[in-house]
Amino acid sequence: MGTKVLRIFVALVCFMVISVPLPAHHGSAGYDMDKELVMKGTVTEWLWANPHCFLKYDTTDDKGEVAHWAAEVSNPIDMTKRGWSKHTLNVGDEVTVTVRPAKNGAPVGQLLKVVLPSGQTMIGWNPAVR
Amino acid sequence: MRKLFAGPAFALLAVLAFSYALRAQTSPPQQPKPVTTHKEIPAPRRDLSGIWEVADRMEGISPAGVKSHAPFTAFGANIANNIYKPGDGPRRVPIGLVNDPLDSCDPAGFPRNLLFELRPFQVVQTSNQLLMLYQYQQVWRVIWKDGHELPKDPDARWYGYSVGKWEDDYTFVVETVGMDERTWLDNAGDPHSSEMRVEERYHRVDRDTLELTVKIDDPKIYTEPWLARDRLRLKLLPQGTDTMEMICAPTEAEEYKKTMAVPLSK
Repeated sequence: MGTKVLRIFVALVCFMVISVPLPAHHGSAGYDMDKELVMKGTVTEWLWANPHCFLKYDTTDDKGEVAHWAAEVSNPIDMTKRGWSKHTLNVGDEVTVTVRPAKNGAPVGQLLKVVLPSGQTMIGWNPAVR
Repeated sequence: MRKLFAGPAFALLAVLAFSYALRAQTSPPQQPKPVTTHKEIPAPRRDLSGIWEVADRMEGISPAGVKSHAPFTAFGANIANNIYKPGDGPRRVPIGLVNDPLDSCDPAGFPRNLLFELRPFQVVQTSNQLLMLYQYQQVWRVIWKDGHELPKDPDARWYGYSVGKWEDDYTFVVETVGMDERTWLDNAGDPHSSEMRVEERYHRVDRDTLELTVKIDDPKIYTEPWLARDRLRLKLLPQGTDTMEMICAPTEAEEYKKTMAVPLSK
């Protein structure tokens, strides 16, 4: 019984987190809200800018093919409140990135979290964290 | 064994009792500290000075537009349904079709700056003006409070012409006309015309709390006046708060479009 209640509670919390609207004036219609991709990559650029900061990184698949990805988070003011800065990511950093990818298959996404070379996990596009 | 501890224990009790008695004689009686609530700190009279922030940050940002609005007129409905292509709200379109003027860093304008991305802003009062300095887009408004009249046939301005007056010691009412029709009301692509009149009511509940109500009156677009903000709660931030800047720079926006928006819309 207790486990069931706990599951319902966790499901409700997840629902509440997911259904919070995203703080952007361009919406999130282009992203697949039901999908998350986790990938290892190398930072090629970290743009600390308005209207959104975004990370560019390269991934390499098993065949050695390199893909150029970009993933966005919120603006510098919001990200500062979440503990990010212009120095959080640096060119050449080996990172593990979790993104909500584009519906159309383009190598872009919303940056949900990134694991830094230090092992620290930074929460990205998560409106529940303010 | 018991006797071994009895002596020191008695001595300890004696010391404690003595120190308590001494403290009771030399210190004022300890009273529970009164709980100070914001309500107990009265607001200064006729003063909105300070840095204010919406208490519920997401409500200030309002990414999906206003909660509700009066029905559109036929003219208003045509603009909303056929001309404006918002990226959010009930009429949102895929990102590649969005024609929100903010995407190219046009000014948000008034009153969109109160209905979207209402972030910290500072109020400065002078003898004849009340100035509002906004973090978002780093813009300011001048509100005349010296008896200026609103212009009868104003040239359009992104932030309009504003006059204000104290309705009572804690309520400042602002009337604004002459807004540029190129701006949207909110993130959902709700339109307005150049005939719109906007009334803002700033009611200072106590020192740390302000309530903002925004009334839209635009008979060309909406069938009746309506409230776009209804007693939205704002909290006073500490004096030393750095409001920072949040500027949409066209070059940065272009880079964002090229990297994110264009691939998304293919």
